[in-house]
Amino acid sequence: MSLRDEQGDLRETLESIRIEALEAIQGAADSESLEEVRIRFLGRNGLLSRALSGLRDVPAEKRPQAGKKANQVKQTLETALERRVDELAALSKPAQTAGSDLTLPGRRQWRGGVHPVTLVIDEICEIFGELGFTRAAGPEVETDWHNFTALNIPLDHPAADMHDTFYLDDGLLLRTHTSPVQARVMMEHEPPVRILAPGMVFRRDPYDASHAPAFEQVEGLAVDEGIDFIEFRAAIDYFVHRFFGPSTRTRFRPSYFPFTEPSAEVDVSCIICEGSGCAACKRTGWIEIMGSGMVNPAVFEAVGYDSERYTGYAFGMGPARIAMLRYRIPDIRLLYEADVGLLEQFA
Amino acid sequence: MDISVNWLRALAPSIDGSADDLAAALSARAVPVDRTVPVGEELGDVVVARVVEVGKHPNADRLSLCRVDSGMGDLLDVVCGAPNVVENALYPFIPAGGTLPGGFKIERRKIRGHESNGMLCSEKELGLGRDTAGIMRLADDHEPGQALVAALGLPDARLEVDLTPNRIDLACHAGVARELAPGGVADVVLPPFGGPDWSPRWESGEESASAGGVRVTIEEGDRCFRYLAAIVRGVTVGPSPEWLQARLRAAGARPINNVVDSTNYVLLELNQPLHAFDLARLAGPEIRVRAARNEPHTTLDGAEHELGREVSVIADAERPVALAGVMGGADSEVSDGTTDLLIECAAFDPRHTRHTARATGLATDASYRFERGIDEAGMEGAIRRAVELIVATAGGSPDDVALRVGRTPPLPTRVSLRPSRVKAVLGLDLSGEQIAELLKPLGFGVSEGTASGDDGALDVTVPGWRTDVRAEVDLLEEVARRYGYESFPHEARSLRPSTVPDSPVWQRADRARRALTSLGALEARSSSFAPEGQTSGRPARLLKPLSEAESFLRTDLVPILLGRVEHNWSRGHRDVRLYEIGSVFQSSVGAGESTAGEDVSVIEDIRVAFGITGLRQPPHWSGAEYDLDDWDLKGWLEDLGSGLGLGEIAPGRPDADGDDLPFGFGRWLGEESFCILRNGRPVGVAGRVRDDAVDAPVWAAPVYAAEFRLEAVQLEDHRSYRDLPTFPAVTRDLALVLDRSVPATSVADAIRSAGPDTLESLAPFDVYEGDKVGAGQRSLAWRLVFRAPDRTLRDSEVEEGMGSITHNLEERFNARIRSS
Ligand SMILES: [Zn+2]
Repeated sequence: MSLRDEQGDLRETLESIRIEALEAIQGAADSESLEEVRIRFLGRNGLLSRALSGLRDVPAEKRPQAGKKANQVKQTLETALERRVDELAALSKPAQTAGSDLTLPGRRQWRGGVHPVTLVIDEICEIFGELGFTRAAGPEVETDWHNFTALNIPLDHPAADMHDTFYLDDGLLLRTHTSPVQARVMMEHEPPVRILAPGMVFRRDPYDASHAPAFEQVEGLAVDEGIDFIEFRAAIDYFVHRFFGPSTRTRFRPSYFPFTEPSAEVDVSCIICEGSGCAACKRTGWIEIMGSGMVNPAVFEAVGYDSERYTGYAFGMGPARIAMLRYRIPDIRLLYEADVGLLEQFA
Repeated sequence: MDISVNWLRALAPSIDGSADDLAAALSARAVPVDRTVPVGEELGDVVVARVVEVGKHPNADRLSLCRVDSGMGDLLDVVCGAPNVVENALYPFIPAGGTLPGGFKIERRKIRGHESNGMLCSEKELGLGRDTAGIMRLADDHEPGQALVAALGLPDARLEVDLTPNRIDLACHAGVARELAPGGVADVVLPPFGGPDWSPRWESGEESASAGGVRVTIEEGDRCFRYLAAIVRGVTVGPSPEWLQARLRAAGARPINNVVDSTNYVLLELNQPLHAFDLARLAGPEIRVRAARNEPHTTLDGAEHELGREVSVIADAERPVALAGVMGGADSEVSDGTTDLLIECAAFDPRHTRHTARATGLATDASYRFERGIDEAGMEGAIRRAVELIVATAGGSPDDVALRVGRTPPLPTRVSLRPSRVKAVLGLDLSGEQIAELLKPLGFGVSEGTASGDDGALDVTVPGWRTDVRAEVDLLEEVARRYGYESFPHEARSLRPSTVPDSPVWQRADRARRALTSLGALEARSSSFAPEGQTSGRPARLLKPLSEAESFLRTDLVPILLGRVEHNWSRGHRDVRLYEIGSVFQSSVGAGESTAGEDVSVIEDIRVAFGITGLRQPPHWSGAEYDLDDWDLKGWLEDLGSGLGLGEIAPGRPDADGDDLPFGFGRWLGEESFCILRNGRPVGVAGRVRDDAVDAPVWAAPVYAAEFRLEAVQLEDHRSYRDLPTFPAVTRDLALVLDRSVPATSVADAIRSAGPDTLESLAPFDVYEGDKVGAGQRSLAWRLVFRAPDRTLRDSEVEEGMGSITHNLEERFNARIRSS
């Protein structure tokens, strides 16, 4: 009975030493006070040694068990001491631990970042935001009415060949452009409307260096009384100068989109060779960046706008392609691999 | 579409400027030109040569030894690798010492032991055409030694035009010439071929007509609007004259024989597809335009087809002899022995042509044009021109009577154009006369004010070849591009702000992106598609996926992101922290639940997800490195939960039953997972990814993943300022030993409920389980901070507070308080 009590006493003594010592170690603010703590608990005449002298009172057969406990406490405290030494060194005198070599690299945090395509989308939205454009969103799974019919594209027309479409079911498809968002917005809001529709679009193109079956698009739409071709060109010029730089030139060429007429392809002077001709611009000095034009009155009629009263313009561009140009990324697949080696470059 | 510049100039001598100038003009005004290609440049060393003798090369099966007369006197030994070299025929030849276009120098050298003194050339080697099948045979009417450039009427240049779907009229040389000639249509004159003129008498009928022993019948008028046929007898089929071959080559076509080349020539000149049948091989002889009746047919490319009713055919008295508007048949094809021809010039319905082409998997020059509509008013001119060219190149004589079945060509389209609309849409102040001047060169008839009552509206008559112009807006485009997009004035306009608010979807995405970026994660944009094994719930399948691995729409972001983590492992990256914002999809059970509000069977949700693994901090020379663990995951969730207002982070998994958009990726996670709750409803799920759910290398660290609804991100800003404390705080530590099943949140709640108002904050600072506290118990140490807003707290007040807290804890949890 008394023997067990003696053993129990020792156990409790050791435990309270452990707790007290750990707190004292953690509380030591510099190496001098830490050394004092060490001497007080682990020194030759320290509290631990003194408690261990009580081992003599423990019967021989119980001694190993009690000794084991004592050793555990000793090890715990020594480890804690060492860690605190490191911590104090790191806290108070980092330059000294580095041997005063201040050329060694500093301690950093992981840097997060947005995707390069997001950088481009955000900048496009910001610049058009200055012209009064807001952002709109819509579903990626669309009806063929919204994706084609409302945009003046008959389903059984060669123009639909331009959109090799992923179908899900009768009349349901993955949108081939973000233009259906425009139709949805116009059906809900009266002019003046100035919106951007960023988002994913889908075409049945297998992956290669310049194609992906899913990619981003930003489309824009402005509808109001009195918008004419001249305002349309001024808005695009404003964007190009803000996005690509004030010395960038634009060129408008006739093109064809069922939902705009007149339609125009917009080229900018090559941002890589500045117009002198390089591989990126196929030696032409120009790079195609967007399809655009004045909204076809048939689109207004489909969404219930008065096509005599309102006019407008629309445009669409591929931020992935623009990101590739701007950041010199040679293969579109790199954008969708999520390789941290690439993403960290934009963090 | 390839356009020969020489051909354009032959049609409109007023067309001036280099090929590059013409390309730039066409791009600026009508359609893009991808590039210009010189044809027959750097051919100064190439001469016409006759191969006098062809023998086998003793040391090589594929080579032949030729004796060549290049007009220099002596015959030259030449080793030739082409399979088609024929004795006594003429070929382009470069003697040793000369160079090919592009600068390759031809040397005298031994080939497999025999000397070769030059090279017989193919079209491709000379930059003349696209045929690489063999050396280029020249017509027999040249002399050896003649310069090839002179013999072929070169050099030329090819414009590679990228046609837009609306400008089918530019798929021919006359169309491009109209666009480029300074005087427009007035400058374009079809040059005669030097043979006799042909002006037939037309034998017409709405459904059927016959002449010269041949009957033509249109059985289904909705499939074919008009069918013209001419008979030419006594032709000699052979190679076309050199000029004709050169034109076709420059325009990217391959010369075949004088009859086929003639019809191709007219196609490329006037846009009218034509077909020549061998009259002797037409049973009847007669032509019937009808639907196919589930019958076999071999097209002239040798392919065999089984034709169903959707296919429209040209048949003779017995069987199909051609696919209407698409391709001729092998049985009735013109061959060397053909003497009598039936020339077809038809207008097939665009839709039916499309069906025929689709059903047979063929897309030809003819179907391309018929699908977009041809100029019915130009058909008589086109067949006349084809017959004249055949007679000029293949001899024979046409019948005086030709057949014409079907409707009369529709009257030209008339469109009213208001100068006020030109002003409204284009911003240009143009008078009726100025507008007329822009339109007339393109063949539009313009007269003032006859079509409608509108002030000064113009009555515009559309030429038959402009099948794309049907409405006023089409004319506005004509005016804009003829005026010149680059000539519009630069003026600023004032703007009215949009009535449409900035979408909360994008605002939420912005906030989520900022929050995750500040946690140190990198934004990924991965695939919207998934293999079936990476989906959950009721995934939506694509009808025609690109591959099995991309056959479903993703139902969750996490499995896709984990695939991206694996990709990074495969590149040796151990520290990966990715996030993505994107849509996921589920098939819905029924109608009425769609995001679109229509009867749609796919629903869509935008999610935010992250997948993280590896070191907590970048490695540093100064200290220890720790991998991300469960508490890092929970910390991320807490940061996002409070920063984005997502809701409460609770242990456990949500009950997925009855949810349209379940978080089905839960099976990728291990036992210890969390859910994000908003008003008791799960809006997100997170946890440690099971080891067997990813293909991890041995050196990889554990992976943690989470996904939540973008909709859960709060946009309202509830922040408001609280006064900063002016009195000091008192800190007390409280170490408890209690049953380990009591969760920390319950203890915290108990402390708060029992504590005084002055308890400002509390947080656990040490948790211990093990032999020191006994089985089933654990020690929880808390740091409590007390503060009063209006005074310095007295010790006794704090002690009193601590007393009621410890009392409550002892009562409720049977907790032991360890003195500190
Ligand atoms: Zn360039």
